[in-house]
Amino acid sequence: MGPLIKLILLNVITYLILKFVVPNIPGSAPLPASLVFLYLLLTTSGYLIIATVSAESKEEFWGPIQRFLVGDGIGGLQALRWAVLILFPLLVGWQTYNSTAVSDAPPGENRTIHPAPPGEYAGLSNPVPKTPDTIQQGKGFYAAFCSPCHGGNFDGKGSAARGFNPPPANFSDPTTIAMLQESYLFWRIKKGGVGLPIEGMPWKSAMPRWELELPDEWIWKIIMGEYDGAHQSPRTWE
Amino acid sequence: MGDDEVSSMRHQGGWIQRLLRGCSDHAGTLLGLAVAAGLFSLPALVFGADVAPAAPTEYRDIPYVGSRNVIWVIAQLHLLLAGFVLGVPMFAWVCEVVAWRGGEKRYDKLAKEFTKLLTSAYSTTALFGGILLFLLIAFYPKLMNYLTDIFFPSFIVYCILFLVETATLYLYWYGWEAMQYGGKKTFHIFLGFMLNFFAFFIMIIPNSWATFQASPVVIAEGTDMARAWAATWNPTWWPVNIHRIIANVVLGGYICGAYAGIRYLSAKTPEERDHYDWMGYVGNFIGVFGLLALPFAGYWLMREIYQYNQQMGITLMGGFLSWLFILQAMLIGVLFLGSNYYFWLGITHRIPGSALQYRKPILAMLVVLLLCLGVWMTPHSLVASLEEAAKMGGTHHPLLGVLGVMSAKMTVSNLMILVTFMSFIMYWRAGKQDTAGWAKIAKAIMGAILVLASIAVIILGVWGYFVPAIIRINYFSTSQVLIVIGVMLTITPLTALLLKSAKTTTEMVWGKMPPRAGYSLVLNAIMVILLMTLMGYARSSSRVHWHVYGVVRDTSQYAFSPALGYASGIMSLCTFFFCMIVAFIFWVATMGDKTKAATESKKAELPHGVPAMAGASSALDAPRAPKF
Repeated sequence: MGPLIKLILLNVITYLILKFVVPNIPGSAPLPASLVFLYLLLTTSGYLIIATVSAESKEEFWGPIQRFLVGDGIGGLQALRWAVLILFPLLVGWQTYNSTAVSDAPPGENRTIHPAPPGEYAGLSNPVPKTPDTIQQGKGFYAAFCSPCHGGNFDGKGSAARGFNPPPANFSDPTTIAMLQESYLFWRIKKGGVGLPIEGMPWKSAMPRWELELPDEWIWKIIMGEYDGAHQSPRTWE
Repeated sequence: MGDDEVSSMRHQGGWIQRLLRGCSDHAGTLLGLAVAAGLFSLPALVFGADVAPAAPTEYRDIPYVGSRNVIWVIAQLHLLLAGFVLGVPMFAWVCEVVAWRGGEKRYDKLAKEFTKLLTSAYSTTALFGGILLFLLIAFYPKLMNYLTDIFFPSFIVYCILFLVETATLYLYWYGWEAMQYGGKKTFHIFLGFMLNFFAFFIMIIPNSWATFQASPVVIAEGTDMARAWAATWNPTWWPVNIHRIIANVVLGGYICGAYAGIRYLSAKTPEERDHYDWMGYVGNFIGVFGLLALPFAGYWLMREIYQYNQQMGITLMGGFLSWLFILQAMLIGVLFLGSNYYFWLGITHRIPGSALQYRKPILAMLVVLLLCLGVWMTPHSLVASLEEAAKMGGTHHPLLGVLGVMSAKMTVSNLMILVTFMSFIMYWRAGKQDTAGWAKIAKAIMGAILVLASIAVIILGVWGYFVPAIIRINYFSTSQVLIVIGVMLTITPLTALLLKSAKTTTEMVWGKMPPRAGYSLVLNAIMVILLMTLMGYARSSSRVHWHVYGVVRDTSQYAFSPALGYASGIMSLCTFFFCMIVAFIFWVATMGDKTKAATESKKAELPHGVPAMAGASSALDAPRAPKF
């Protein structure tokens, strides 16, 4: 099998795995095209590196391509050569046109999930003492105000969750609240979706502005309850 | 900045007001005089009305281009040139010491070749520094006034250091030939050390100005010196100092490699090919040597930034600049791949007959590198269409989203460092056969260390998801770094000991690398330059709408962060300009050599020239360079 065929085959197999195998792993979901493209690019780069690392492998890979493109006496392949030389630039042109032309498709989702908090919230620490009682109270407030969306199990799967896009945050995921300080959560709960900066797309969050409903002390208790219930710890520096 | 500070700045130099205040004791007399003077001078107001002093100018601009863009490009070019000028002496001095201690003259030649660049590179850097200063004073007078007020004592120290550095550089370069032997050589080595010593302080002083803007420490009381010192010793000063010094070594090494690559590609004689092939190897080695340590320094810097200010940390790592780090991963990934590729080309081309023998280990290392790079480049929030995002349940992928956080990134960067280190070890050992009786045990120990270290790094990385962030940051990530350093410190001396008694089975042949080796060296240098321009943008943008974070607010029309796409354009422009400047410096520095070589070759052709012994000119006798 020629090295070029191997390269194409490798990319096809990688694509099939990313498109059909990975999404069907339990707990997974389809991959966006940007990520698939990234992984295919890595696959191709890896193949080109290994194919050109020695003189022999380079000749084996590049030799036939070079002969096909510029060599003499390729016989019946002459027409194919012309076809490739004409079609390839056209394909590149078509791709360029497609990616830059005005389209009615909505733009890609590039919402920043964790935008920086305003300065006045950055240095706050939880003023409520962390005791079993306060944690329990926090869990109670959470059950009343937060669990309909964020779920009784802190997994973002509350009864109302299916109605929202983007979905409510999953606190049991170690890449959400475990990466953040308590002051960050305080800001997000207090100010809600409308308090997000522009890169956080305030119009795309249904999070209520809880400062209108709850006193600050309750919010701090909810934060303690959230961390405890989701079995996570806030980011600290001590 | 508080209102009081603004007000005091606006009134600096307001001597008329102070004079009037000072004279308030004689109010009655003065009032009469002032009224009389005012009446007499009324007509003058007609002429003076148009030039009545307003509040001091805070900003100036350049039409069409914009003052911020001009400062951005000039500051970046100055920084890149400074990195080059500080990196090259380190590189040259180490080469000179190697030649001095080991007796290999070619290292001395290499050191001299690069020191020759320094005089022109040094003046170009100073020139850009001067332009930058003039432009800063012109465009940002208010900010510069504020910074001068704080850092004036360090300006003086900086000037003195510059004078001493210049004198040392002149002595070091112009005294090269005169100080070649005996005690004079020792003194020359000492001069090289002092050159680097002064250069280090020349680097860290401006670093204090730049890091102060990001993490200011402002004290209202105390002497000028105390205020300057407090501002200098700010939380990110030392992390940036360490990060930059390592980055300068990397830049110097890879630029040396790129220069060698270009000279190799255009070499006409076998001697030239041999020399520039070897120089490319040395440049790549030094670049990789620094590159292995760079992620550790970068991690420390980010940790300090995060600890200093949560807002700034999140802006960088989770906020609108977070995509910048995917670009960073891409550039570092290409750099790792390019450096390893060059090592592998070296094994398969410089050591005849080894291509087949090393194919499998190279393939294994490549697969690990690509898998690691895949993880490193996977963002936490993915770019997805609305439809794709809906299918994923947001822009976080439920399965691959876990690869987007620091625990995964730290793990793969450590593994990539390990693989690159092993690439070098493989290159070092290639073409040699162990003869020591304990070689088998040593190799088994080394293999076990490598496997256990890799497993430990992965376990700590996975475990990092299940512990509080502070445990991961302070203990797990640090342990991962220490494990990798431990591997290097164990395997390097063991390999050196083994190779001492090893038998050379295949001699390394220089000058046999294919052209793509030269191109990969150029690619590596461009990646490093792009990387530095990217991180320059990151450092400046992390301050968002502040000149001095939380103290002096940017109130100009440019008080917004440019988008990453726009910034990429400026970064590319800076990279292009810098490459052109470096090419010019190389061209100027080697112009004399070419003329000298041409004159010498003409002399040799003339009957009265120095006669060459039969067969002495290998350039004429050598067979044509093989085609690749």
